Amino acid sequence: MTNVNLTLNGKAVSADVPDNTLLVSFIRETMALTGTHVGCDTSQCGACVVHVNGESVKSCTMLAVAAEGAEVTTIEGIGSAESLHPMQQAFHENHGLQCGFCTPGMVMSAIELVEKNPNPSEQDVREGLEGNICRCTGYHNIVKSVQAGAQKMGG
Amino acid sequence: MYQTNYVKAASTDEAVGHMSSGGQLLAGGMTLIPTMKQRLASPETVVDLAGCGLSGIEDTGDAIRIGAMTRHVDVAESAVVQGAIPALAALAGGIGDRQVRNRGTIGGSVANNDPSACYPAAVLGLGGTVHTNKRDIAADDFFTGMFETALDEDEMITAVSFPKVAKAAYLKFPNPASRYAMVGVFVAAGGDGTRVAVTGAGSDGVFRHGGMESALDGDFSASALDGVAVDSSDLIGDIHAAPDYRAHLVREMAKRAVDAC
Repeated sequence: MTNVNLTLNGKAVSADVPDNTLLVSFIRETMALTGTHVGCDTSQCGACVVHVNGESVKSCTMLAVAAEGAEVTTIEGIGSAESLHPMQQAFHENHGLQCGFCTPGMVMSAIELVEKNPNPSEQDVREGLEGNICRCTGYHNIVKSVQAGAQKMGG
Repeated sequence: MYQTNYVKAASTDEAVGHMSSGGQLLAGGMTLIPTMKQRLASPETVVDLAGCGLSGIEDTGDAIRIGAMTRHVDVAESAVVQGAIPALAALAGGIGDRQVRNRGTIGGSVANNDPSACYPAAVLGLGGTVHTNKRDIAADDFFTGMFETALDEDEMITAVSFPKVAKAAYLKFPNPASRYAMVGVFVAAGGDGTRVAVTGAGSDGVFRHGGMESALDGDFSASALDGVAVDSSDLIGDIHAAPDYRAHLVREMAKRAVDAC
């Protein structure tokens, strides 16, 4: 067991967890924030993407203990049901989801993408979301959503 | 994942100390963590190198030296690398996906020597040098087989140096699902002649192709490769591509790389 201290969605949190605890398990099970999803066990699907110190990472492929002292932001940390993040609003308006399982990871990857590239082309978006798999939409409306979200974030 | 003990080393010496008592080094974790999740690896101790100060990119005059813990995203976006060896920056920017590049490191990739990884092709293609806590190892001596390197049990990579060359390019045919190279070819032309390194294809991992190097030394053009034989007998065959198809891709990717130089 190791005592892990980190900032989760702006709040200091601390817990004793086994050393083999993945960051996503820490978020979902220890901290009971279940917006971050686990869609595979091979580190490929991207449903678990969160921001660690402002950068997108697959939280299923990082040990919680390795996030000691880090600032971690999950889908719960970017907006609320009453006040969606502009990227969430864009997904809502452009039908960027069907079942919604991949959406938290999509949104977290998309936000970093737009922070790095405020006006992404369709190709930029498709390449930037390479690490996120969606099995419903065929990606078309997701790309549209991210480009609309980029406009909203810039505006 | 099986139980493990996590330690964060504060220095290379400390990390090497843990290695001699059976510790498994953890760099970016983009291979080790998935392997542990699948229970294909069960190290008693995992030694995180994030605190060892091994990250950074330095222009040493005739080469670029990249610290072992430097992430792919940092190499891809480095103005120093983009200016001196743009093919290397482009290669780093094409590894995996954004989230993998945000964590994965050059030292981890090179030490693992995955037969389909991109970085080994750059190290071998550019004739780089692998720096360890004990010595400097020339690229030609470093990669010794599939997932095998010249590293000793108590030896870890601290940095990798790449000589600046006149021109270079890397072209890969990525597996559409995993993005790993089904075949990737790094071509570099410098003072010591042309080097052609192939990843994704060899049964023993990354290799140089002497026939293509000689052909390009005589005539540095894509058409010079038309008549060069690529032996498929030592190439990987799997559900993604048969050896003869990989042999075809080796020549095709090499030609595209020459055109891109």
